[in-house]
Amino acid sequence: MERIPILKMGPFLLVTIQVDLYDRLALTLENDLINMVSKTEAKGVLIDISAVSIVDSFMGRILGNIASMSKIMDAATVVVGMQPAVAITLVELGLTLSGVHTALDVEQGMELLRGKIGQLDTDEEGLYDSFI
Amino acid sequence: MIVLSKEKLPIQKEQDVVLFRNRIKELATKIGMSLVNQTKLITAASELVRNMLRYGGGGITHLEIISKSSIPGVRLVFIDEGPGIKDVTLAMKDGYSTGKSLGLGLPGAKRLVNEFDIKSEPGKGTTVTIIRWKNGL
Amino acid sequence: MNKESAAALKGKKKQILESWMSNQLQDAALRDDLISVSELQQQSEEFLTSLLKAFGTSQAEDTESAGYEPIHDILNEISITRARQGFSPRETSSYILSLKEVLSQVLEERFREEPAILYKEIISMNKIMDSLSLLTLETYIKGREEVILRQTNEMSEISTPVIRVWEGILALPIIGTLDSARTQVVMEALLEEIVATGSRIAILDISGVPTVDSLVAQHLIKTVSAARLMGAECIISGIRAEIAQTIVHLGIDLTNIYTKATLASALKMSFSMLNIIVSKGSQNNQAISKQNLGF
Repeated sequence: MERIPILKMGPFLLVTIQVDLYDRLALTLENDLINMVSKTEAKGVLIDISAVSIVDSFMGRILGNIASMSKIMDAATVVVGMQPAVAITLVELGLTLSGVHTALDVEQGMELLRGKIGQLDTDEEGLYDSFI
Repeated sequence: MIVLSKEKLPIQKEQDVVLFRNRIKELATKIGMSLVNQTKLITAASELVRNMLRYGGGGITHLEIISKSSIPGVRLVFIDEGPGIKDVTLAMKDGYSTGKSLGLGLPGAKRLVNEFDIKSEPGKGTTVTIIRWKNGL
Repeated sequence: MNKESAAALKGKKKQILESWMSNQLQDAALRDDLISVSELQQQSEEFLTSLLKAFGTSQAEDTESAGYEPIHDILNEISITRARQGFSPRETSSYILSLKEVLSQVLEERFREEPAILYKEIISMNKIMDSLSLLTLETYIKGREEVILRQTNEMSEISTPVIRVWEGILALPIIGTLDSARTQVVMEALLEEIVATGSRIAILDISGVPTVDSLVAQHLIKTVSAARLMGAECIISGIRAEIAQTIVHLGIDLTNIYTKATLASALKMSFSMLNIIVSKGSQNNQAISKQNLGF
């Protein structure tokens, strides 16, 4: 069966969707990705959808699910490279992906994830400080 | 309103959806529809075809190029012989779903097209017709 | 119009053309800056030939009859070109009216001895020429409408320039009323530019928007949401006091959107969001930098 490859880059997982998704493929991706987050203890997930021309409510829900599930496992999710036409359509559809972080391209997405990790570290340090 | 071209495409399994979307894209490109309008139309079609597969057990789609006062457009008809929708008004409400979806399918699809018509009879099936004009108005 | 007058006019074609041309040339309204004399001569001769031919037919008084078809074509062309070239309605209709003058002169000479016939023929000729002159005006207006339509289209395109104010910061000054069609153009232009330049912040300046009702606000919110989905943040600036009042009175919720009173403060906010420090380049550098950071 067709699968979308997931790459591991340091503490992050990188997914580039190059094909038009149908529902089962998207569900498989959700499943694979969450298992990988758990297995590799990844701190961030980056999903590049710059080659995706259609995102409907189902696909939008999958993206939201991935973000919420990763968050529970302490990983941030960032969706990068959404095409203008796709963004306009999603807004019209009534979907704003409120729990998902976004960035213009992979580079800015990576920067965002790194920032999130840094923030986490300092937050935790701060927590210790207040304990002491 | 004149029908310039007409074809039928049966939808029985998920993989048919990809073919269906591509065919719409070809038609929309043929009449010179802008990328944003194309994306809206295909996304709406994607929502409706999913409903057809999930609730209607598949069905048949009509793809047509039409023209009204010399403005071309694409008309899509989705016909299934599933259980039908009991309360169409309720199904058209944002956030309402009998399944586990977001409930954006029908109302969302309506917002993405210029004309939307739904007819459903419990026990007999559902027919949805959508039109998007080239200029999007 | 009887055969006699048609023949009389046909016989004097050369003379008519000459007087008509001199009439046209003498007319203060003639725009020799817009059309050359030789061009006018050729156009007029062609027109006169067709007109005299139509006079000779049995349905001379019916300007909708087949004999007038070539005349309609010529008139349409003349009016449309004149409308596009910027002739005034008076200048455009003077083309037919100056010919009418010449034709009545010729008829007058021919039927000087028979006033009853002269009266009838002049009336008949007037009827034809008036109908043609109305046609000119109609076509002229149609031509102007085309010009207006084209300008409207052009305006909606040029009135939405997306400006790159800084690396990573775009500004979009919106001027005029935002309707659905324009919002779509504005939104697309902005989002395309965000992708093309990789800008993370877009400032939508609405100083030039006369009123913000709930529909306009909804359009703005949609644009901001779409930009966010792509990974860019929007700041809405140029919110005047009366606009702030309307927004609150209408109960429009803009709490999830960054708003600033002026473009300058929006730019300042963008700098701090991108960690850009802009200073005056003097000894006071450090003090200013600190101020900016503290923003």
